[in-house]
Amino acid sequence: MATLEIHDLHVSVEAENGPREILRGVDLTVKQGETHAIMGPNGSGKSTLAYSVAGHPKYTITSGTVTLDGEDILAMTVDERARAGLFLAMQYPVEVPGVSVSNFLRTSATAIRGEAPKLRTWVKEVKSAMEQLQMDPAFAERNVNEGFSGGEKKRHEILQLELLKPKIAILDETDSGLDVDALRQVSEGVNRVRETGEVGTLLITHYTRILRYIKPDFVHVFSNGRIAESGGAELADKLENEGYEAYSTKGGASA
Amino acid sequence: MADNIPAGSTTEGAITVGHPADARVSAAPSYDVADFPVPHGREEEWRFTPLERLRGLHDGTAKANGGLRVDVTAPEGVTVETVDRTDARVGKAGKPADRVVAQAFSSFEKASVVSIPKDLVLTEPVRIAVHGEGGTAYGHQVIEIGAFAEAVVVIDHTGDATLAANVEYLIGDGAKLTVVSVQDWDDSAVHVAQHTALVGRDARFKSVIVTFGGDLVRLHPRVIYGAPGGDAELFGLYFTDEGQHQEHRLFIDHDTPHCRSNVTYKGALQGKDAHAIWIGDVLIRAAAEGTDTYELNRNLILTDGARVDSVPNLEIETGEIAGAGHASATGRFDDEQLFYLMSRGIPTIEARRLVVRGFFGELVQQIGLPDLEERLMAKIDAELEASV
Repeated sequence: MATLEIHDLHVSVEAENGPREILRGVDLTVKQGETHAIMGPNGSGKSTLAYSVAGHPKYTITSGTVTLDGEDILAMTVDERARAGLFLAMQYPVEVPGVSVSNFLRTSATAIRGEAPKLRTWVKEVKSAMEQLQMDPAFAERNVNEGFSGGEKKRHEILQLELLKPKIAILDETDSGLDVDALRQVSEGVNRVRETGEVGTLLITHYTRILRYIKPDFVHVFSNGRIAESGGAELADKLENEGYEAYSTKGGASA
Repeated sequence: MADNIPAGSTTEGAITVGHPADARVSAAPSYDVADFPVPHGREEEWRFTPLERLRGLHDGTAKANGGLRVDVTAPEGVTVETVDRTDARVGKAGKPADRVVAQAFSSFEKASVVSIPKDLVLTEPVRIAVHGEGGTAYGHQVIEIGAFAEAVVVIDHTGDATLAANVEYLIGDGAKLTVVSVQDWDDSAVHVAQHTALVGRDARFKSVIVTFGGDLVRLHPRVIYGAPGGDAELFGLYFTDEGQHQEHRLFIDHDTPHCRSNVTYKGALQGKDAHAIWIGDVLIRAAAEGTDTYELNRNLILTDGARVDSVPNLEIETGEIAGAGHASATGRFDDEQLFYLMSRGIPTIEARRLVVRGFFGELVQQIGLPDLEERLMAKIDAELEASV
């Protein structure tokens, strides 16, 4: 069973006046089949956790370990991490001009699966995944994220999640900027993947809204660069009622 | 008629431009190098070009010493001649527009003329292999295609040379001419040339300029319409590497009614001091009613340290046109795009290839020559491999 283990993770970014520590000792274990929600106020370091694990060059790991099934993720390049089974659905996926969605998806699936998917079954696979996410087939011929609406970008991220079938999926604020219909469709996509029981999901969110559609097994409250409290789904209800005030950082020094 | 006609030559059929087509240039087009002041680098038409890298082509100090081999392979029915400058076809398409190409016109010894007779439809291309062996040369090439004939001409530039040249295309009424000029020079070559097309009535001209090599390449594709109904498509593709200067300066002179022009140039750049320049001048004169023109330049910067200058100019002297427009955009392949693609399992080199192939793909398809398409894509891949 695939397991992502994050142990005592410290991460800095380069700021104007030298490196600034954002993650200050994160411990978290996500197993295949589990869904963990990470919640927390803006600037608490939730997204930094997601991008550090995925390997974004902006972040420097100063100490700690991240392993996937015992393999040292931090020693891998970004593409190796993805091929090892990590997936990050981004909050702000970038435009890639000149590269069509269909070309991108196929190149990516080829890289992840280690061989080019058979054309006929692949076309069918993409088509049905797009239908389930209520995406227009013409979408496949557009350039990656170019001119996409907020909702289209998120659907496109979840489409990739469905096609790439990672072991561990990190969803960074997938709910932000979505209207109710889009949120429901995107959540259904995530749930289809979860129902296979083959993915461990780390759901990063500011709001409890998405948790009505995607039921977490564990909820962690992030504050000041570490997990301040962990619990079951009931912790989300508490946050819904009380907000993050109890966890807010004094003096606003944190990023 | 112009004053600077080489002895014995005629400008019959040529277009006489009474004022500099672009008021900002320092001299009107002329056959005589003496009509152009030696550039100092601040002139509009020279401001992007590093004169010190022209090896004296601009100031009269570059002496021809041979070292350039030109081999023409032509299908049956095509005539290949070497002629003097007195030949009526030499200089017929138009005048040199700047000092270096005027120097080439004033200095070349023999011109090569390839003639495709009227009504002949070629099934195989005419191939002109220009191979530099390290010398300095002034060249003159004329390609003449008769009425209703159809041909593809491929001009391949390889090796090392310091070359200033004029290439003229005389396109008969109703003829179809496609010319592919590939600048696949060694990285030491200097190449400055003007390609002037005189497009006949209802004729179709397609120019494909592909620039990969050279230390400095500066080309002027120019289109002049001899009669109504002409159609010119100008495609360009350049891949500018570290230290290279690649400059494409187009001028389309719409002075004749009901002609069409369509320009698409795309370039990718990588490496320190890679510098590409694209100038697209389109002039629609008062007489050119019914003109339809569009020009597009797109650039993709793959690494830090590269620079693009893209300057479209559209000057319109009549409102009675079918359409006129231009667009220019330069984008970067940045770390965020690379991260996004890599986070989907795609290795760095593959990510670059995906982006660059995607960027050029549409253009390469439009060229409509399958052999060339494959060669270009392979060359683009090779350029990318070399960079990583």
